[in-house]
Amino acid sequence: MTEQVLTSCTNEGPILVYVQDGKVVRIRPLLADENDFKPWTIEAGGKLYTPPKRFNLAPFVHAERKRLYSDDRLKYPLKRKGFDPKNKRNQEKRGVSGYERISWDEALEIVSGEITRIREQYGGPAITGLTSSHHNWGIVGYKMGPFQRFMDMLEYTPVFDNPDSWEGWHWGATHTWGFFWRLGMPEQYDLLQDALKNTEMIVLWSNDPDSTRAIYSGQDSVLWRQWLKDKNVKFVVLDPFFNYTAAHMDATWLPLRPDSGAAVAQAIAYTWITENTYDKDYVSKRTLGFEEFRNHILGNDDGKPKTPEWAAEESGIPARKIRTLAREWASKRTVLSAGTRGGEGSASRQAYATEWARMMILLQAMQGLGKPGVAIWGTTMGCPSNTSISFPGYADPDSRMGMSRAADHPIVNPTKQRLYRLTLPEAILNPPIDWWGEGFCGQSLDQQFIHHVYPREGYPEVKMFYRYGSSFLATMVDTSKWVRMYQSPKLEFVVNQDCWWGGETGFADIILPACTNLERDDLAEAAAAGGYSIHGSNGNNFRVVVRMKKCIEPLWESKSDYDIFTAISEKLGMKDKYTDGGKTDLDWAKAFYAISDLPKLINWEDFDRKGYFIINADEPYKPTPALRWFYEGRPCDTPDPLNKKRGTGLGDELSTYSGKIEFQSQSLLKNFPDDEERPPIPHHILSWEGYRSELYKKYPLQLVSPHPRFSFHTHYDKHTPWLNEIPGHRVMKDGYAWWPAHVHPSDAAARGIKNDDIIKLYNDRGAVLCIAAITERVLPGIVHSYASSANYDPLEPGKANSIDRGGCVNLLTSSRMLSKHAPGMAPGSCLIEIVKWEE
Amino acid sequence: MPRYGMLINIDRCNGCYACYLACRDEFESNDHLPYSAAQPAEGRSWMRVTEKERGSTPKVRVDYVATPCLHCANAPCVDKSVDGAVYRRPDGIVLIDPEKSKGNRNILSDCPHRLIYWNEEKNIPQKCTFCAHLLDMGWKEPRCVEACPAGAVVFGDLDDPASGISKLIASSKTEELNPDFGLNPNVRYVDLPKRFILGEVVLGDKKGDCAPGIRVQLGDGAETIECRTDSFGDFEFDGLKPSRKYTLRVVHKGYATVEKPVVTNSDVNVGVIELDPLG
Repeated sequence: MTEQVLTSCTNEGPILVYVQDGKVVRIRPLLADENDFKPWTIEAGGKLYTPPKRFNLAPFVHAERKRLYSDDRLKYPLKRKGFDPKNKRNQEKRGVSGYERISWDEALEIVSGEITRIREQYGGPAITGLTSSHHNWGIVGYKMGPFQRFMDMLEYTPVFDNPDSWEGWHWGATHTWGFFWRLGMPEQYDLLQDALKNTEMIVLWSNDPDSTRAIYSGQDSVLWRQWLKDKNVKFVVLDPFFNYTAAHMDATWLPLRPDSGAAVAQAIAYTWITENTYDKDYVSKRTLGFEEFRNHILGNDDGKPKTPEWAAEESGIPARKIRTLAREWASKRTVLSAGTRGGEGSASRQAYATEWARMMILLQAMQGLGKPGVAIWGTTMGCPSNTSISFPGYADPDSRMGMSRAADHPIVNPTKQRLYRLTLPEAILNPPIDWWGEGFCGQSLDQQFIHHVYPREGYPEVKMFYRYGSSFLATMVDTSKWVRMYQSPKLEFVVNQDCWWGGETGFADIILPACTNLERDDLAEAAAAGGYSIHGSNGNNFRVVVRMKKCIEPLWESKSDYDIFTAISEKLGMKDKYTDGGKTDLDWAKAFYAISDLPKLINWEDFDRKGYFIINADEPYKPTPALRWFYEGRPCDTPDPLNKKRGTGLGDELSTYSGKIEFQSQSLLKNFPDDEERPPIPHHILSWEGYRSELYKKYPLQLVSPHPRFSFHTHYDKHTPWLNEIPGHRVMKDGYAWWPAHVHPSDAAARGIKNDDIIKLYNDRGAVLCIAAITERVLPGIVHSYASSANYDPLEPGKANSIDRGGCVNLLTSSRMLSKHAPGMAPGSCLIEIVKWEE
Repeated sequence: MPRYGMLINIDRCNGCYACYLACRDEFESNDHLPYSAAQPAEGRSWMRVTEKERGSTPKVRVDYVATPCLHCANAPCVDKSVDGAVYRRPDGIVLIDPEKSKGNRNILSDCPHRLIYWNEEKNIPQKCTFCAHLLDMGWKEPRCVEACPAGAVVFGDLDDPASGISKLIASSKTEELNPDFGLNPNVRYVDLPKRFILGEVVLGDKKGDCAPGIRVQLGDGAETIECRTDSFGDFEFDGLKPSRKYTLRVVHKGYATVEKPVVTNSDVNVGVIELDPLG
């Protein structure tokens, strides 16, 4: 028996892969030589805090080998029955037709043939495609690499991603504090140290960091929150669900209804204003527009003082608790943790969520944001970390094979037409459409105000859809429209390329089997997205770059994405162009390595042999806490490279129009002064689908669908049966793995529903079958069921409005955006009813 | 010769199930003979995690109790075993021989904690082995311990006073699961969930504010313990015994004292106790 132990990295942590006789038999957290770790130490309150020399994976990563060999793996190229590119296509049968196995030759023939035909007939821009938000880890293979280079080479119509996880921060917070290069998220540098030294209370608002883990950071921060709890830092949680962090931290739980966050925030501001317990000096020096804000809070403009009593009516939190929260917050050094990266959270994906996100910043501004112990911090990032040694994260230009310095010949796509992910189905089904902004508006505030129209003048409508992944039915909104889109005759040709059979796979004409990152060569730094979340690897106790080894040969007939696109390119006569002169994936890996700082520290052979390189924090370490520079009125000293004012004469400013925190947003005042849905001063605006809506009479339950704990944006779910043994993920009943919906006992009893009953969640947009999890962890009137089911399992395949029993609760959510100029999705404003399912 | 044991801290545990899944990874479809045959694909981990939710909205407590095999010093499964089907190693690890135990379903009921599982495919009883095969190869801890991000599961030599686990045991209040079973387990716990009585106090004439610092007393007839409401007016008595009759008493100058009988048949959330002003 031969055994190899190889290194690799996943979306949530670096691993060791044990291979015996060509089969992966074990996955473990990466083990590194003790001497390679140089743990940092934080001194606080006479104690020394230092992390153990280990890596902590997200739980589902331990199930990686199960996913690798899953029965759901796409094994062979498939062609949809009834699809004949030379004859009839039967687009309306997508989602119903069966599939037949074909050879790679035939698959490549069809795909390249269709690409050629469509380019000749309509032009390259008649092709569009996109990936899911997250791919398997590794920069050679990441979605922004091979897929992007290939598509740009075809001159396709790119699709803007919407900032799906943090909409309100992107479209709202940016107009309060800038940080557009972080898409509205704040810097998080050295906030762990700051909290350990100075913080007395942490308010988690729409945040479950124990479950969301700064997206990529695995579980390193579990220890940090324990340190804080051990030193008696008080945790208060505002969430309709008593979440996992709240449970672990023994937090005081203030449950509130969705859509009420801005109101509660206003009542807190009201308490501070009327009791004179806010930082007047900071407000006067570091902010703009407080007077108008104050007037609104006191009700001088609309006759409605934003008292705790008023907010209690909106939110369900008793007035006395709101008032006390305000008093505690003001009397203590308080961190506001309003999302896993400082900002994010389900509350940012609701109607008018810009207003809640802006209020979060303004509340902390009233308490001196940047003052020791007073931060906006997710509790998941900002440990001591080296920021001078660079290695490209997946979103950095330098890790994308289409535009990296590692490419001898970058590829530039001249196509100006764009689509927007959120409205892609509408664009196909019912053009023309238009929208504001460019998805991830990381270049400037004003990029949000660019108006786009599809089709663009002089450009064709799209005819071909190349989809990598299959997540949207459970991650976008009003998702039955994706079914209708796929069935549109407008889409002459649809390809799906993926490792596993997922929600959208069964709508393609040709299915191409891709292999996972364990079946190809790659490299990456753990948790380093780069791009608009630069230095995100400070969510890990140790930075580590991993040589991701090819552990086994691609299973069945699967191929790496890169090899698939290379093969198609060859058919198109563009192989040399696509492969940048014949680079293999290993060549790319070496090229990315070469342009990083790694060669200064370790040569390729050693890195390749050892499998990893740990980049330790500097010793001695000089902390630069986030926004401390701003609080102290001096130039930015945090290593935030994309902050354009840093290092200039304006270094002490934020990147709002005024350079200050804006209670009255100058960018909104200038561009949309009369917008009542996102006014210059944030307002609490009644949700268009909430507690006070007319629709509530028909659908009196509010659905909350945050990001799941035991899977990763559809990754790992469905294909990894061990997760079905965890009741918090899925519950087995009668041989089926049901997605849970958490229901309060009073709501269940009123409907004759018992624990483990199968129930139908429904409204006018759709219906989903879930398994009832009766719990006191939700407010009455709330149903909590995670988004991101990987299993779309319609009872009537092919029918867009079919009941789904896989748990894709996003089918129930609305297409309506945050507000008319803020094109973010709002799945969190969703009214439903539930009933026991009788078959 | 070490004597292996584990200490599991329920307060530390964040309920992530990494221990559960690491055990699955080690054993599902992987034989580690002679100590263990593979866990079945349709089966479960040998590190059982049980979620315990208690209380009522908005005062809820959620704990996770992880139970591997407890590798008891007085193990009924060993004592009742025929032909050495269940045996104990010199280091205290209790193992079920996959050959000798074939077909013997009775072994399951020998464990009062029900920590032995039936493998239908292979027709054998199975349970946690403390990853004996890995320890033999020089690993320092079982998979579940390695996977835990919270340091909630600690493993080591109970007979070595310098070991991490021994030092922890010396400085902690350790408990057994079901001490009345008399099993003398080598897996012990810290902060197992106990009964609580909690609630909130509100002053009847000041309902717009929370009521901090109010004295709340709990008496069981023999002794009385006391606490004060926190800034949110909440109070909690924890570590109580089950099925006890208590009297809860809230005393505040200028207000009528409130007395309430409470029985801990389950954990109790008394809700909001409103104090009426005197006069």
